[in-house]
Formats: sequence, C-alpha cells, structure tokens
Amino acid sequence: MLDVERLSKRFGGIQALKDVSFHARSGRVLGLIGENGAGKSTIVKCLTGIHSPTSGSIKVNNTPHQFVGPQDASAAGISAIQQEPSMFDDITVAENIFVGRLPKGQAGRVDWTATRSSAQSVLEQIGSDIAPSTMMKHLSVAERHMVSLAQALSTDAQLIIFDEPTAALSQAEIHHLYGIIDDLKAAGKAIIFISHKFDEIFRICDDYVVLRDGELAGSGLISEVSKDDLIAQMVGRELSEIYPKVEAQIGEEVLRVDRFTHPSEFADIGFAVRRGEILGFYGLVGAGRTELMEGIFGLKPVTDGTVTIKGQPIKITSTQDAMRAGLAYVPEDRQRHGAILPFSIRRNISLPKLQDLARGIFVNRPAESRLVDTFADRVSIRASSWRQKVSELSGGNQQKVVIGKWLATNPDIIILDEPTKGIDVGSKAAVHQAIGDLVKAGLAVVLVSSELEEALGISDRLMVMARGRVVAEYDRADFSSETVVAAAAGGI
Amino acid sequence: MRRILQEREAILAFVIALILLGVTLRAPDYLDGSSLGNLLSTWGLLAILVMGQLGVLLTRGIDLSQASVLAFSGMFLAQLSQVMPELPALVFVILAIGMGAVLGILNASLITFAGIPPIIATLGTMTIIRGMIYVLSGGAWISSHEMSEAFKAFPAGANLGIPNLFWVATVAFILFWLLYNHRPAGRDVYAYGSNPDAARNAGISRLKVEFLVYSLSGAAAGLCGYLWAGRFAIAYTQAAEGREFAIIAACVIGGVSITGGRGTVLGAGLGALFIAVVETSLPFLRINPFLQLAVIGAVILIAVAANALTERRPGRQILPREGQS
Repeated sequence: MLDVERLSKRFGGIQALKDVSFHARSGRVLGLIGENGAGKSTIVKCLTGIHSPTSGSIKVNNTPHQFVGPQDASAAGISAIQQEPSMFDDITVAENIFVGRLPKGQAGRVDWTATRSSAQSVLEQIGSDIAPSTMMKHLSVAERHMVSLAQALSTDAQLIIFDEPTAALSQAEIHHLYGIIDDLKAAGKAIIFISHKFDEIFRICDDYVVLRDGELAGSGLISEVSKDDLIAQMVGRELSEIYPKVEAQIGEEVLRVDRFTHPSEFADIGFAVRRGEILGFYGLVGAGRTELMEGIFGLKPVTDGTVTIKGQPIKITSTQDAMRAGLAYVPEDRQRHGAILPFSIRRNISLPKLQDLARGIFVNRPAESRLVDTFADRVSIRASSWRQKVSELSGGNQQKVVIGKWLATNPDIIILDEPTKGIDVGSKAAVHQAIGDLVKAGLAVVLVSSELEEALGISDRLMVMARGRVVAEYDRADFSSETVVAAAAGGI
Repeated sequence: MRRILQEREAILAFVIALILLGVTLRAPDYLDGSSLGNLLSTWGLLAILVMGQLGVLLTRGIDLSQASVLAFSGMFLAQLSQVMPELPALVFVILAIGMGAVLGILNASLITFAGIPPIIATLGTMTIIRGMIYVLSGGAWISSHEMSEAFKAFPAGANLGIPNLFWVATVAFILFWLLYNHRPAGRDVYAYGSNPDAARNAGISRLKVEFLVYSLSGAAAGLCGYLWAGRFAIAYTQAAEGREFAIIAACVIGGVSITGGRGTVLGAGLGALFIAVVETSLPFLRINPFLQLAVIGAVILIAVAANALTERRPGRQILPREGQS
C-alpha cells in the first residue's frame, strides 16, 4: 500500500531522518517504534504532507507522490490521528470532522443537515455516542481522540497513522480502540501504529520498524521478536531494569495535607510524605489527581483543609507561597504549564533561580552556566547546546528541561505530575534515576502517574484516587497490580 | 456552546431592554420619533464597523485602522462630490466599499507577507491613513453647503419612516450572518481563529482567511466613511478619531473573544446596540455634557469587566454530583 524508500529529512544542520525505507501493507498494522527524537514524528509529518522530505520517495499504491501540503496527503488516502489531537474548540464536533471540506449544498452554502448526518454516521461506525452538535471544548481527552479518528475515517483514508493514541485513555477506552483497529484491518486499511507501550505493540501490531537517531535500526515481523530485542534495537544496548527502586533513608515528615476539599474537583483528601520517600498517586485520567496537586501548590482555591510543611501549618494562596515553603511542582502539560518554549534551555533552567544568580542588576553569567551545566547534565538533555530553544526539542527532552529547572530550586518536596508521559524507555530510566537521586538527597517526592508499572515500580507508598477522593492506600509490601487497578476503577 | 452563547445574547438583549425601560421612565421623550431615529442611525453606523471588526477578532487579530479608513473615505468622497455633483448615491456607496476594501488588503498584506503583528500593522496604517487625510484636504473641512445634494440625501434620509443607515446596517447584518454561518469561507474563519496550526493542516489557507477578514473590515469602514460624512454633512480630518475603543468594546460586550474563534454576528450587533443606547440616552438623562464622554467610557469598561467575570472558567466536575451515587 505504502512504500517509503530512502527517505531523508534535514532541518538546517540536523539530520532528522536518514535513508529510512519501509513498507506498510493493506490489512496489516505496522508498529513504528523508537525513542523520543528518533524521528517517528518527522516520518509522520512527511507522510501527512506537513514537512516535505529532503530526498527519497513516498509511493502510495505504486504511484510516487510529492506532498506539498496536508491536502495532498489526504487526497492520496493518508490520514493521521495525532498524539494530542489538535482540534477546534469553538466549533461543533460535526464541523470539526469536516473542517476545511464542509459539504456544500445550494449556491455554495454549507449543507448543515448533511454535515450533521455524515458526522453521525462516521461516529456510529466507530461506536461512539458523541452528539455531532456538541461543542468540541466540552469533550474529554478520550472523546477528542474519537473525533480525531472519525475525522480520519471520513476522508476515506487507506492508510491511517495512530500517533500514541492510548497515552491519555483509560483501560476500557484502550480496549475499545483495539477493537476499532481490528475492524479497520479487516476492512483492508493499512495502519501505522506508534507507541511506547510494549504490551500494546505486541497486542496490536503485525510488523514493526525500529528507528534510532533518525536511521532504521531494525524491522520485521512482530511474532519473531521479543520485547528485549526491540529495546536493544531502540537504545542500542540492553536495559536490565526499567523501573529500578532506589533505596533511600526515610526521615521525618515534611508535608502533611488534611481534609483538603474543593467544591467540585476533590474532597476530604489527607496524606503525609516523609523525607526520602516517594508517595505515588495512581488513578484513571480525570480522577482529580492533577487538580489536587494544583490545589496544594496554590494554583486553585480550596474550600477546606490544611497544609503542614515541616510541622508548620501554612497557608498557600499563590505559587510564590508554595515555592517559599519548599514545594516544587512539575506539571503534566509541559508545553502549556511547564517550559517556556521560545526560551533557550539555559534560560528555562535558570528561571526560578534568577534571584540567587543576580550580581547587582545583572545575571551572574558564569554562575548561571555552572547551574545549568549541573542540572541539564543530571537529567541528560539531548541538545546541540544549552542555547537551543526548548521548542526545538523533542517531547522527552522538553520534560527533562522542566524537571531540571525545578531541581535547580533545591526544594524539600517535589510534586511530579506524569513525569514520563509520552517519554521513551531510555529517557524514562534517566528520569527515574533522577527521581531516585532526589530522594537519596533527602527530598520528599509526590509522584502522580497513570502508568501502573511506574507507580508500583518506584513508589514507597501508593494512594489511589477515583472520582475526586482517595479510595485506597497501600504500603510497598502490599502492592499488587490487581487490587490497585480494581480500586482505581471501583470508585465509580 | 451555541446554547450558552445564545443564552449570553439573550442576557445582553435583556440588559439593553432594561436600560431602555429605565431611560424612558426617566425621560419619556427618549423613544419619540426623532430621537429613536437618532438611536437607529447611531446603531447602524457602529454596527457596520463592529461586524467588520468581528472577523478580524475571530482570527486573533485586531484592526485599529477602521476609524482612519472611515475618515479618509469620507473626505475623499466629499471632495469627489464637489467635483462631480451629478454622481448618484449608489456610486458613492460602491466607491466607499471598494476603497475601504483596498485599504484592508493593504493591512492584510502587511500582516501575511511582511509578518507584522496585526496590532502594529494596523496601528501603522491607522497613522499613515490619518496623515493622508491632511495631505488630501490640506487640513480644511468640507461642510454641508460644499457637498452635493445627492451625496447627503441618502445617508441622512429615511424610508418608511426609518433612517437609511438602519436599513444599510440591516442588509450588512444579513450578509455577514450568511457569510459567517452558511458559507465555507466564513466557517474557515472560525476554524482558523480556533486553532491556526490545525486549520493550516486541514488545508485552510491563512492568506485567504486574513485577506477576507481585513478587506471586509476595511470595506465596512470605507462604507461608514461615506455614511458618516453624509449623515453629519461634514468631512474633517479628525472624524471618528478614538472610535476604535467603542468598536472593540462593542465586540467584547457582544461576546466576541479577542483570543479568537468565538463570537457571532448577532452578538456583535447587540454589542453595538448596547453602546448606541448608552451614547444616545445620556443627553436625555441630563448628564453634564462635559461628563458624558467619561461616563460612556466608564459604562463600557464596567460592561466589559462584567463580561470578563462571566468568562472565568469554573472547576471541572469530578466529584459525583449530589443525589448521584
């Protein structure tokens, strides 16, 4: 169906893709595997006409194509569902599905009846009961993926690319998606599936292609490889353990939260963390964990409850209060809340420390460089120089910049919200290593994670939230995936 | 969302009705023939400008040059009526729209080709065009007796007892409503403003969208230039100076978001009506004439602030609602 031959792409001095060749066949799922920055997104962008390749050819059904814009790719039968679907919040679901190609009726007017009914039928085809007249902004993350999928199907695409579609979905929604992919396969569509989750790759894919540093590192039938083979091809080395538990000295209690309550988002939350301890918060997406952390960090008003830091009751009404009290918060959405994308890595990391780096009215440059060197190295950011803009980095490296920035403030308690979301195996290990170093250094870590292996792997204790409340609490000795998952789902 | 917007518009209409009621209770002659005509004409002029601005705001831009385009068009056409007194009103209308559209295209070119942010680009053209009026007129005014009769008759006239300005604005309202609700080009404006990157990926051309909205904004301003000069029977260099505030405020009060993607033609029309009511009712309430401008500004700011407060996002509903298990 799709033949990609010796595809290369340069951005200025950076070779993002080099001589990559692969094939996707009708009725089969091709897994596209690689670390962040390995070139997966670049391939997707070349295939969907957003970037044009520097050299190489793309053939669809043996016809060579030069995509000038996204319209061309769509006309050739290629459609993609982005990792974080970028949709139009202020218009309806139906209009989102047909944006840019609304059905026309008399005299070139938009045929709204046809728009709604066609939208309805595509949504039904994927078993979704979203009303076409709903405004996009009222949809949950999972529903946005469904609309994105409906959009892809409505173009009658022959090749559908799924770019990490399950990152934000619950278990039930993921199973629903698998069903849809199986149906698409049966209907003879070719599918490219990008994922960092190995169980998923082995469940859904028939073939695989591994990329490393923009080059092809391996390909073949999924039935003929093991997880360890794939990891070895991805990182070029064996990873003995993905979730190492670092043993740290557990000290005195530094943060205690009691009866924490918000009018609509969470109620009656109580917990405590000690020095050297990693306290995990597990739950389904939308259980209220992020909202709780934002409440603690002074980002939203709460109606009841107290925060005690190092034995002192403390009132936090702003992030400045929180930072002064020794709290740091690494948010989930690194692009919107964490990193300042147009700034360099250097300026991002030194940002919260500028006060200490001041020499008179100037910034002490050598001290800034030392600080940035220390913390950027500690989370092993991959970049051409610390002057590179954060917007030019891959997702994993952006997250490392955000973590590095907060490490630089030397907090007592650090709240990490989904620190490894959308990050590849190699960087995950580096992030976990960094978290281990934090607790060894006597910090207390509050870790919000939706990834069960991670939450169980590195936490000392685990709180499970559902529907805005803590529904269960476990010590490490009592960890078991079955009970934790049941608790997280049982709060409904 | 459509439901909430319509609710918002209903609330605004209700507030306007309340103000009208309050004013007529205190000054029963406010809704008499001639002053009602004054309200409708004031609304007409402002509403056309506001509907032109709507599209620009939807694309996350702003057009600050409208008042200058208005004054320039009024001056140029008034001079033309001196030279060619036999020209009929329709020619002035067409010329006004065309000239405004050309100036709008100039704005769009600066923004799309030269990559200048809309606020800077239109601030620049606002100043240049205002300066060109001095070049054109040498600083002189053109007053009533210097204009041709045909020039003045249409903008100051009425049909069926209702001012022509109202009729023109009504036609414009219908055209804008059709464009933004029923034409693919108009819907592309919403998609573009809602998410420019995704819109480009969906094959919506930034060039087309921006040329459309800025030329419409310019055309609306050009048309109003003629209507303004004819209605007040004067063309002068400072005409409509500072009107930008009322235009943008009307949009915001009408629920148009300056961050793009959100706003309706009906809302824009109602926002203009709110301001027109406030402006025309103050003299009837015997507010000190020297205070009126400040009062208008304050009322508009209060209305915009009230709007901003209702825009605040409430928290998400995560906890089970009461009575639900």
